[in-house]
Amino acid sequence: MAGLERPQILLASDLAHGDVVFLGASGWERDCHRAKIVYDSDAAAALQAFGQAEIAKNHVVDVYLADVAVDASGAPEPLHYREKIRALGPSVRRDLGKQAWLRRSGDAM
Amino acid sequence: MTAHDPVLPSRPNAGGTTYVYDQFDAAFVRERVAEFREQVERRLAGALTEDEFRPFRLMNGLYLQLHAYMLRIAIPYGTLTARQLRQLAYIADQWDQGYGHFTTRQNLQYNWPKLVDVPDILDALADVDMHAIQTSGNCIRNITADHFAGVAADEIEDPRPTAEFLRQWSSAHSEFSFLPRKFKFAVTGAEHDRAAIMVHDIGLRIVKSPAGEIGYQVAVGGGLGRSPFICKVVREFLPRADLLAYLEAIMRTYNRFGRRDNKFKARIKILVHERGLDEIREAVEAEFAAMDRAPFAYDTQEFVRIAAFFAPPSYAKLPARSASLETAKLENRDFADFVSVNVAEHKIDGYAIVTVSLKPIGGIPGDAASHQMRVLADLAEKFGLGELRVSHAQNIILPHVKKDDLFALWRALDTAGLATANAGLVSDIISCPGLDYCSLATARSIPIAQAISRRFADLERQRRIGELGVKISGCVNACGHHHVGAIGILGLEKKGAESYQITLGGDPTFEASIGELLGPGVSAEQVPEVIEHIVEFYLAERQGDERFIDTWRRIGHQRFKELAWREGEDGSDI
Amino acid sequence: MALISEGAFVEDSWRRLADEEALPKSGKIIVSLSRLHAALQWLGAGSALGVFVPNTTDPAALVGALPRLSLIAIAFPAFADGRGFSLARLLRRAGFTGELRASGRIVADQYLHAVGCGFDRIEIPDDLAERQGEAQWRAALHARSLSYQRGYGAGGSILEQRRRGAK
Ligand code: SF4
Repeated sequence: MAGLERPQILLASDLAHGDVVFLGASGWERDCHRAKIVYDSDAAAALQAFGQAEIAKNHVVDVYLADVAVDASGAPEPLHYREKIRALGPSVRRDLGKQAWLRRSGDAM
Repeated sequence: MTAHDPVLPSRPNAGGTTYVYDQFDAAFVRERVAEFREQVERRLAGALTEDEFRPFRLMNGLYLQLHAYMLRIAIPYGTLTARQLRQLAYIADQWDQGYGHFTTRQNLQYNWPKLVDVPDILDALADVDMHAIQTSGNCIRNITADHFAGVAADEIEDPRPTAEFLRQWSSAHSEFSFLPRKFKFAVTGAEHDRAAIMVHDIGLRIVKSPAGEIGYQVAVGGGLGRSPFICKVVREFLPRADLLAYLEAIMRTYNRFGRRDNKFKARIKILVHERGLDEIREAVEAEFAAMDRAPFAYDTQEFVRIAAFFAPPSYAKLPARSASLETAKLENRDFADFVSVNVAEHKIDGYAIVTVSLKPIGGIPGDAASHQMRVLADLAEKFGLGELRVSHAQNIILPHVKKDDLFALWRALDTAGLATANAGLVSDIISCPGLDYCSLATARSIPIAQAISRRFADLERQRRIGELGVKISGCVNACGHHHVGAIGILGLEKKGAESYQITLGGDPTFEASIGELLGPGVSAEQVPEVIEHIVEFYLAERQGDERFIDTWRRIGHQRFKELAWREGEDGSDI
Repeated sequence: MALISEGAFVEDSWRRLADEEALPKSGKIIVSLSRLHAALQWLGAGSALGVFVPNTTDPAALVGALPRLSLIAIAFPAFADGRGFSLARLLRRAGFTGELRASGRIVADQYLHAVGCGFDRIEIPDDLAERQGEAQWRAALHARSLSYQRGYGAGGSILEQRRRGAK
C-alpha cells in the first residue's frame, strides 16, 4: 500500500442536475468539506472504482481524483485553483453557486 | 398556404425585421425538442452512455461545465425581437439564475440549467421561434452576420437572408452532422467587416460582379484556437444560385478528408494549410462539377421568399439633421460623449444605430440580468421598431433609433445602468467566461477584464486613447478571440498558477492579422500594469489620430517588445 | 451483430467472409475490399456479392465493380466518424442501387441521417443492440418527419412541401 504524495478526494458532476458532487462517507455530497479524504493509493483506487460504478449506474459523470490539503479542522481544501473554483462557484459572482448556498446554510466560509 | 407565396410574403412579425417561422420551421424545431426530450430520458435510463449522449446534447447546445450544465442559445445573425428578448429574460428567471451571457458568436449562454429542465427550456424557446440547435458539436454552428446588417451605410446587401438560408440548409444535415470538428460560418454584406469573417471556417462576403450581379466571395480555412489562421479565398465570385451546391461541395470535401486522428488538427484550416489552397480548390471544384444540381433548382426562389422577411421596416421621413439632438448634445456633456462613442450612422436620414454596452466599468463582459433584458426589450419597442441585435463584441445594438429620440433613450439607458459610453474603447473588452465557468479553461479571464476596465475607468482618458480592442481568452481555444485583439490576452497555467500571455497587433477585419507575442507570461496582478505601459507607449508614439493598431504597424512589434524588455529590467517580470 | 431494416431487427441472409476463409462457389457473400478483385473473377453469375469497405475508400475504386455488387457495407469505426455518410452519398450518386449498409457503432439517434444519405440497413454490435433495442430504432425512424436538405432521403424536403403549399 503506497502512500499518496498528497491526500485526495473524489469529485464528479451529478448527471441529472449538473451540480459538482464530492464522494463523502455515505454517498455524494454537495459540500467539498464533507468529502472523504484518502491517503494511500489503494484507498484512492477504491474511490475511483466506486466512481466508475456510479458512472455505470448513470448517477454521475466526469469522475476524477483531486489533490487536497487538510485544514486544522480535518476538512479537505483542493490544492489546484481549478478545483478550488469548483468547490465554491464563480469567483466573479460570490452570490452564485456553492459559496452562496454554503453561506446561507451557515457552513464554512 | 398563402403565407409562403414567394411574391407576397406576409409579415406577421411586424415588430421587427426578422425571419418568422412558417408551419414547417415550427414543426421542425418542435420535433427536435421532442427528440431531445427522449434523448435525455434515454440517457438517464442508460440506453445512451455519456459518450454517446454527448454529441447529441452538444448539438442541442448543452455543455457540462465547471459548476453546472450550460445551455447555449442561438441568436441567428444576431437579430432579436423585443418579444424574443423578453422570453430570454423569462427563461433566465424561471430555470436559471436571472441572467445570461452574450458570447462572441451571437449566442446567449445560461450557466445553471438542470439537464432535466432543458427540454422545457427548449420548448419555451420554440414558443418565440428560437432554438439551441447546433450551437455546439462537430457540425455547422450558428451562422453569424454583421450586427449592423440592413442598417449600415456601407452595405451592398443585407447578409441576413443569406444567413437564414444557410441556417435552414445546415439544420440537422444528414451528411454533415458528424464532421471532424466544429464548423463556423460568418456572412457580411458590407465594405467593413464587422463579423470577423476571415477567422471563420467559411467567411462569405457578398459582392457585386463587374456585370452588377450579386454573389459571394467564398473564403475558407480561417479560425482561431491553438493554431490561428486567416481565411483564404477559394472562389472570388460565386453566383447566388450556386451557393448551396458549392458549400455542399466544400463540406463534403472536408467531411471526407479533414483529419480525425488529432482533435487539434481537425479543423478545415489545417486541411487547407496542409494540402494547400490549390489542392483544396481543385477538389471542391471537381466535386461541385460532379454534383447533381437538380435538388437546388428552386434555391433562388426560396432565397427570395426568405429575403422578403428582411425588407426594411417602414421608416419615417426625417431630415438628416436633428435639431433636438444637437441641442441636447450641447446641453449635456455625458450625452454628447455617448453619441460620439456609441452611436453610428444609419443608412436612413434621421435615424441612428445605438450600441448598448454590456461592459460597465468593472462588470462582467457580456452578462445581462433579466431585468436589463426587459428594459432593453421595452426600449426597443419604444424607440427602436421592436428590434435588437447582438454583436460579436458582446454588446446589444438598437438598430433603428430616430435621432430625435436619442436623448430620451440615453436617459432611460442611464437609469438602467446601461449607458456606458465605451463602445470600441479600451474597456469594451471581449472576454470568454474562462475558468469562472468553463471546464476547458486554463485560467480565469473575467477578473482580468474587470481589472483592466477599472484601471482605465476614466472615460475621458479612454476616448483620448481611442479605438482599441482588448480580447481575452481563458485557454487556447480562443473563444475570446485574443489572436485578433489589438491587445490579446491568453490565460494559461504555469507551474500551478494562472499566467497570461500578451499579444499585440491582431485585427479581425478584412485586413485580418494575428497578434504577435510580447514576451513571457505575466501574473494576473501584473496584467493591467503591463497593458497600461503599452498604451502609454502608444500614446507617446502615435502620430495624429492614428489608432493603436496603425501605430503598432508603423513602428513595428519590436519597439513594443523592447519596451516590455526595459520594463522587465527594473524589476517587473514581464 | 444485429441487423436493422426499416426500424426492425431482421435476420441477416448474407455471410461476411473472413479473409482467411476460402471463397465458396455460390451464396450471398460479403468480402473485404482487398479480396473484391479475386471474388469478382471467382464467383459465378448465380452468386450474390457484397463488399465491406472502410469509410476512407475512394468511390472511384468501386465504380467499375458497381454493376456486379449487390451490397456494400461501409464501416463506422466510431459513431462520431461521419465519413461513411459522405461515402454513401457518393456511391448512390455513382449509380449504386443495391443494399447499402452502415456497419459499426451507429446509434439509433443517427438512423434518420443514415437513411437520408442512402443507407438501407444498419448493422451494429450486440452490446449496442442490447442497450438500444428494436423499440428505440423504430422510434428513431420517426423522430423527425421534416428535413431542410433537398435531395436527401425520399420523404421530400421542407422546401418541396413549401412549394406544394404555395401553389
Ligand atoms: S477560450 Fe477556453 S476558457 Fe474561454 S470559453 Fe473557450 S474553451 Fe472556455
